[in-house]
Amino acid sequence: MPKGNIINRDSFLTNVRDKIGGIAADKPVKKPSWSVSPQKKVLEGYDQDQLISVLREQCKEIHTDFYQTTVAELTGTITEVMEEYESESIVYSDDPRFDNANMEEYLQGLNAFKWDRNDRENSIKIAERAEVGITFSDITLAESGTVVLLNDKGQGRSVSLLPANYIAIIPKTSIVKRMTQATDYIHAQLEKGEDIASCINFITGPSNSADIEMNLVVGVHGPIRAAYIVVDDL
Amino acid sequence: MPMHIGEKDFKKRVTKGLEDDFMRGAVRSAQGRLQDKRATAADELGDWEEWRTLGSEIRSHTIEHLDYYLHQLSEKVAELGGHVFFAETGAEANEYIQKVATEKKAKKIAKSKSMVTEEISMNEALEDIGCEVIETDLGEYILQLDDHDPPSHIVAPALHKNKEQIRDVFQEKLAYLKSEKPEELALFAREKLREEFLSADLGITGCNFAVAESGSFALVTNEGNARMVSALPKTQITVMGMERIVPGWEELDIVVSLLTRAAVGQKLTSYITALTGPKQLEEADGPEEFHLVIVDNGRSKILGTEFQEALHCIRCAACINVCPVYRHVGGHAYGSIYPGPIGAVLSPLLSDYDEYKELPYASSLCGACTEVCPVKIPLHEQLIMHRRKIVEDEKKTTLSERVVMRGFEQLVNSANLYRTATKMAPFLTTPFAKNQLITKGPGPLKHWTHARDFPQPANERFRDWFEDRQKRGEKNA
Repeated sequence: MPKGNIINRDSFLTNVRDKIGGIAADKPVKKPSWSVSPQKKVLEGYDQDQLISVLREQCKEIHTDFYQTTVAELTGTITEVMEEYESESIVYSDDPRFDNANMEEYLQGLNAFKWDRNDRENSIKIAERAEVGITFSDITLAESGTVVLLNDKGQGRSVSLLPANYIAIIPKTSIVKRMTQATDYIHAQLEKGEDIASCINFITGPSNSADIEMNLVVGVHGPIRAAYIVVDDL
Repeated sequence: MPMHIGEKDFKKRVTKGLEDDFMRGAVRSAQGRLQDKRATAADELGDWEEWRTLGSEIRSHTIEHLDYYLHQLSEKVAELGGHVFFAETGAEANEYIQKVATEKKAKKIAKSKSMVTEEISMNEALEDIGCEVIETDLGEYILQLDDHDPPSHIVAPALHKNKEQIRDVFQEKLAYLKSEKPEELALFAREKLREEFLSADLGITGCNFAVAESGSFALVTNEGNARMVSALPKTQITVMGMERIVPGWEELDIVVSLLTRAAVGQKLTSYITALTGPKQLEEADGPEEFHLVIVDNGRSKILGTEFQEALHCIRCAACINVCPVYRHVGGHAYGSIYPGPIGAVLSPLLSDYDEYKELPYASSLCGACTEVCPVKIPLHEQLIMHRRKIVEDEKKTTLSERVVMRGFEQLVNSANLYRTATKMAPFLTTPFAKNQLITKGPGPLKHWTHARDFPQPANERFRDWFEDRQKRGEKNA
């Protein structure tokens, strides 16, 4: 993609610099080492199974259904959730992990649409009508009960957004303590000179709002219900 | 909507707030819930003070090097193919946004929550060129439908309305037929707004935090509307106040963790969406074209002054949720889209003392705001600094107050005058007193006795009593 325009920058930043008595903007600023790092102490020493317990507990707080299963049982668990949500139509990401978890065949037998990275109109149209959206979680945060989706290419933003129900498949190995480990991962990508996903979604349960008398309403613009399925052997 | 809202006269706004029982009930219960949730979330962490220290260090460093980080941010956004416009004034920002809307032939614009766009009256500017702007945050949607009722809280804009009032708005404007149950109201809004998201030509978002190292910006939401606005329209404009930035992802983690806990007591909100440039190749959804508008609009005036820390604010509203003054008068009484303690600090800075000279006095200086601020802004101290400036430097007080204060100064600087005055006080106040209480005070006492009685000075002065006591030979008990 060609470089974008930057307009009015010099006069704007000169003014800012004059006011704070700063240095020239193009000279690198060294970030100080912060005096404390409380974020590193959260859930310190927890192993993977303890983190799963934290995640399961947090799911109650965030109105999210929690399941734990194995690759062999995964399709059965999804069928169970689909029945619970009284849903039939599915949209799912174009993601090789579905194939790795032996799910492609299962999905093809259902009313399921694989997100088409090359067809904006149609993909959005179908996702909007689908009753359930299914994606894998790239990083899962135990503390807050959050699935992190690195949305690019085949992993459309709309899959986890437009349908009324959302299912996140969570490989056990994707579970980390908290947001700190996810932001460390993204920072490390940048350090290595890699591109980061154009849209990184930290999703914590279904959508909600407390805008009416501070009463929590679950299900506003995004999904109304959400299920997390932890897969032990992924 | 401009920054200034409601009646011009401060006292009229306050009276209106005090007389609005609906609003006061809603504010009381909301404050209670939000305070509890924040306190629980902070306690859970165990070392909240360390988190605050870290938040404060990050914000101080970032604002001290704002020029560097904004430069880095703009370079990264442009590298990814996004456009960056630096706007010194709200008018410049609006002109640019109008230009983009015109080029894109945008008719319908879906917008997620953004305080800075309220501050610069962006909606009005877009409506002037024939665009329809739809607020998609549930609270803001309600206010927009209700003939642009102004927001009264920076996190929950429709806090002053109860569910029956909201039902009535939906009934009147959208022929809504169901009950006042929040679930039914929200479901109705979901269906109405879904159509708008899908047909919008342009999406406009605010920005909670930009991340300089990658040219990203994060939206902290619960409803999912900001995700819609950044996934479906083909063009996206993001408008940010220039101070809303952190150096890197490490810092984003901290400020987001502080924000969600301090604002609503959540570990994380339902959605933290970090967007980096326009959509790339082989991506179906997301904006094809992306514009970032960075707004100064008075913020640089604050840099390098004793008020610089006000720019550390992460807009969590924790100070608003504990403020006893806000509890009584409500958000509209402040006359600014930024109410509460942070509003009383910020509004006179972004605008001027002519418009907002009363706000620094709308505080009991109890310091609860300073205590809860997740980035340790000394809010009540800043209010005192404002008061000093208003009185000493700007001479914004009334002539009569200045004369009275001048008289008081002379009185307390002269031992003889002071002695005479304190001896005379009981006699001078007798005509106004009844049962040792003054209920209708003269002159400067009038404002006090309007709300409560003032005790009449005792007949015997403390000094006289003390001397007599020694003469009487009384010893310390």
